[in-house]
Amino acid sequence: MTDEPTFEESLRALEDRVDALSRGDLPLDQALAVFEEGLALYRRCHTILADTEQRVTKLVAAAEGLTEEPFPVE
Amino acid sequence: MMDPIAVPWQPRPGVPATITVSQLARLIRETVRANPLLNRILVRGEVSNLQTAPAGHVFFTLKDATAQVSCTLFREDAELLGFELEDGMDVVVSGDVDVFPRKGTVQLLVRAATPAGVGAFWAAYQRTRKKLAAEGLFDAARKRSLPSFPRRIGVVTSEMGAVVHDIVTILRRRYPVAHVIVAPALVQGPGAPASLRRALAVVADRVDVIILARGGGSLEDLWCFNDEGLARAVASCRVPVVSAIGHETDVTIVDFVADVRAATPSAAAELVSPSSIELTAQLNEAGRLLAQAIREIVVAARERVRALGERMSPRGLRRSVDTNREQLERMHEALSALGSREILRHRERLAAVGRRLDLLSPLATLQRGYAITEREDGHIVARATEVEKGDALAVRFQDGRIHVRVNSGGEAT
Repeated sequence: MTDEPTFEESLRALEDRVDALSRGDLPLDQALAVFEEGLALYRRCHTILADTEQRVTKLVAAAEGLTEEPFPVE
Repeated sequence: MMDPIAVPWQPRPGVPATITVSQLARLIRETVRANPLLNRILVRGEVSNLQTAPAGHVFFTLKDATAQVSCTLFREDAELLGFELEDGMDVVVSGDVDVFPRKGTVQLLVRAATPAGVGAFWAAYQRTRKKLAAEGLFDAARKRSLPSFPRRIGVVTSEMGAVVHDIVTILRRRYPVAHVIVAPALVQGPGAPASLRRALAVVADRVDVIILARGGGSLEDLWCFNDEGLARAVASCRVPVVSAIGHETDVTIVDFVADVRAATPSAAAELVSPSSIELTAQLNEAGRLLAQAIREIVVAARERVRALGERMSPRGLRRSVDTNREQLERMHEALSALGSREILRHRERLAAVGRRLDLLSPLATLQRGYAITEREDGHIVARATEVEKGDALAVRFQDGRIHVRVNSGGEAT
């Protein structure tokens, strides 16, 4: 389990930024900061979609319970 | 005298002359256990003399036309059997041959069983189906919806063959963002239900949704997916389960309890994954809205700054005059729109203002006995030095004016 935000979380966070800006009640400097965050999230989502090589692993029994090892597919 | 015919029995060297019954039984047991042909075997036969002991262990005889063998199915295995045994049922059992010294019997220790032959399959299938339906396990209300964006997708199936390949290929094309975890399992034979349950249990803690899949096969091949224990495991699984078993026409008990049934493994893969084309569209829309929102905010801010700057410049002052005039016009329009009573009230106020103005006007000065000297064109003569001898002037009194000519040039006094 990784702590890095997933595509889904990033997309949700981006949509939250859009909502915050659309309400139009933020002071300008805050609005710009929110926009910067949104832009970073947008770029991140794009990178995830474009560059992700799918991870495929297989569960195998090991000395201590289970481990995952790469599952070759072709 | 010794009988000449009798041959004295001589124990073989190394073997004790006499052994106990217990020793013999142990010898038989060890011999049987050591024989690989008698371990992990599959035996087909008809169930008879079926008895369930109070402790839950099941005893029966497996027979065919010419032979029979005692069978024992311990409670733990009986509970996991997945269907109800009954007398006369044609079954294939798997297990090990063992010897019970206490009774001196050779037994088949049954670990698992499956119905054999269409009649037995059908009967067992219907029984399990009715039982689980009565418990509400097939109810639409308890089916869970699939996560829109699974981060991890579990695939419980054989690690060999086309099924796992098809699923992974489709997930990679549609939704490469997800991590796919394959939990390999046996997908046919007596050991399959337990193997599938194990795989399901271990992968459920690591994923958001599970595909339980198997390619097409015979009725016997697919039997493990009619297993009651597996069906219950699917129903109580931590995360939603999509089943894709056999061909579209094969409907197993597991298909009934799964949260979603897919026609094929490929269809299951599509069901659990959003398409990256749709995701890209959603992302781009969010990006467009973000840009639009910030553009509006910046334009509004720039407008405010410009307005502030103007208010402090001469141009801004003129603008404020213009603004005031506009305000006045708007007020005038508003007044016109008012009713006659209001107009009257405002007129009275205007009249009062007019009277106050009169007090300050030159007319009031004349009424107090003073006169005003003007030139012919109406310009007021305020100083003696402004006039010269011969100038024509007019003097205004409160009741009229007279015309005069200056006799001497003006001098300051």
